[in-house]
Amino acid sequence: MSIQDIQEEIVEEFSVYDDWMDKYNYLIELGKDLPPIDPKYKTDQYLIEGCTSRVWLHAGLDREGKMVLTADSDAIITRGIIALLIRVFSGHTPEEVKNADTAFLDRIGLQEHLSPTRANGLASMVRQIRMYAVALSAQK
Amino acid sequence: MLDIQKIRKDFPILDQQVYGKPLVYLDNGATTQKPRVVLETIERLYDRENSNVHRGGHHLSVITTEHYEAARETVRQFIHAAHAHEIIFTHGTTSSINAVAFSFGEKYVRAGDEILLTEMEHHANIVPWQMLCERKGASLKVIPVNEAGELRLETLDTLITEKTRLLAVTQVSNVLGTVNPVKEIVEIAHRHGVPVLVDGAQGIQHEITDVTDMDCDFYVFSGHKIYGPTGIGVLYGKEKWLEEMPPYQGGGDMIKKVTFEKTIYEDLPLKFEAGTMNYIGAIGLATALDYLRDLGLENIMAWEQELLDYATARLKEVPELKIYGNSSHKTAILSFLIGDLHHSDVGTLLDKLGVAVRTGHHCAQPLCDHYGIAGTVRASFTFYNTKEEADWLLNSLLRIVEMLK
Repeated sequence: MSIQDIQEEIVEEFSVYDDWMDKYNYLIELGKDLPPIDPKYKTDQYLIEGCTSRVWLHAGLDREGKMVLTADSDAIITRGIIALLIRVFSGHTPEEVKNADTAFLDRIGLQEHLSPTRANGLASMVRQIRMYAVALSAQK
Repeated sequence: MLDIQKIRKDFPILDQQVYGKPLVYLDNGATTQKPRVVLETIERLYDRENSNVHRGGHHLSVITTEHYEAARETVRQFIHAAHAHEIIFTHGTTSSINAVAFSFGEKYVRAGDEILLTEMEHHANIVPWQMLCERKGASLKVIPVNEAGELRLETLDTLITEKTRLLAVTQVSNVLGTVNPVKEIVEIAHRHGVPVLVDGAQGIQHEITDVTDMDCDFYVFSGHKIYGPTGIGVLYGKEKWLEEMPPYQGGGDMIKKVTFEKTIYEDLPLKFEAGTMNYIGAIGLATALDYLRDLGLENIMAWEQELLDYATARLKEVPELKIYGNSSHKTAILSFLIGDLHHSDVGTLLDKLGVAVRTGHHCAQPLCDHYGIAGTVRASFTFYNTKEEADWLLNSLLRIVEMLK
């Protein structure tokens, strides 16, 4: 599935929730289910310092040249959004990731979490993912 | 006794829904809402009277100047200062503290000197002093807090040395709500010949403030935290200091005579009011102070105490909730954490239930470090809040705990 198709799928999933609390309940479940990041990446080197919550992010390439993203946060809602971002971006080539947007977050009403003023590390995380994509595509 | 439902009608912003829920505004520590009279004053000024102050002899300028100077007098009365020319208008608490740190620092602080602060200061009452210390080669010393969130005043006599040039202390902690015994602190400092700056940003709106009785040397606060407009603040300084201190900004309105060789500064207060001041903000602030005076600060304090006691008791019904700041003398600020739940998760979900709180370190990282935490959830109440809102906060928290656990 393309990045765009996955985004459509997520928008579809969230469309069943018309109540904010249901939407966040789902996000919290996603946050709880997010596979833990390898402890060796949960260090200051991979830390994106936010004002309210912190995010750790690591990106690499698998044998097929697809990006593999793992990330974690100390806040569960941030973890939920991380889970969505990983679902969208992980498993695609750096070229695809480099040029992709995060419009789906706006469409499901979670854009505020990417606002730099929230300073929860997510806006920086998306920027960081793109930087990884640029760096990894140059490497190939 | 205050009629809270009637008072709430004075604050049009409170009557609205967010995310389909009635707004419960508990972020008054960050900024307060404005009563209708303040909004009307600002509109009338721009609509009918706007003109620059202290300039031109024309009709509108005279009217605005009179209102601006009357606003200064209103502030003087509100904080019980001796003279109106001891009231300097600024942009807010931060700019007031920066002004003192610069002007006082230029005049009195030398290499090797010390500035004494407390562990519970807002960054606005830390960073300007740190910058002064860097400029002058001076250093900071810090009065520690105890577990309840009170200053350990027994350390004061040893922390003040012959090198201490100034003590800067907050009247009320923006995180803990602790009301510091500023009068006692001033007395001790003065015994050692050390002047004191009191940061009133969180105190002026909740405590009866008498700078003459307190005997502090400087007192600073912001308009927007006391139901006035943003962008206006006050620096009170004792005449003897303000006379001696050099101005921190040069420009129009603060001069008597300018030649390229030398400038003669204006007398107080204009010496410290360079450029076009926020005169509409100042007049709006005075309207807010009049509004508070009419309600009666004693009545406001009594209701806020009742709200604090009620909300504290109710919050304790949340399992594993820990309140930071348990001084017996505090304002209606409740900073808390629940078990190992992240403050930003709690804040995000409260928001979706219509409750506005602040989460994070509240610009007081050293204090958070003291407790070994990254931040808290802070619900800050004020007189237009109700017990029903405290109930809504509690029920929201119980629901959130269920979701997050």
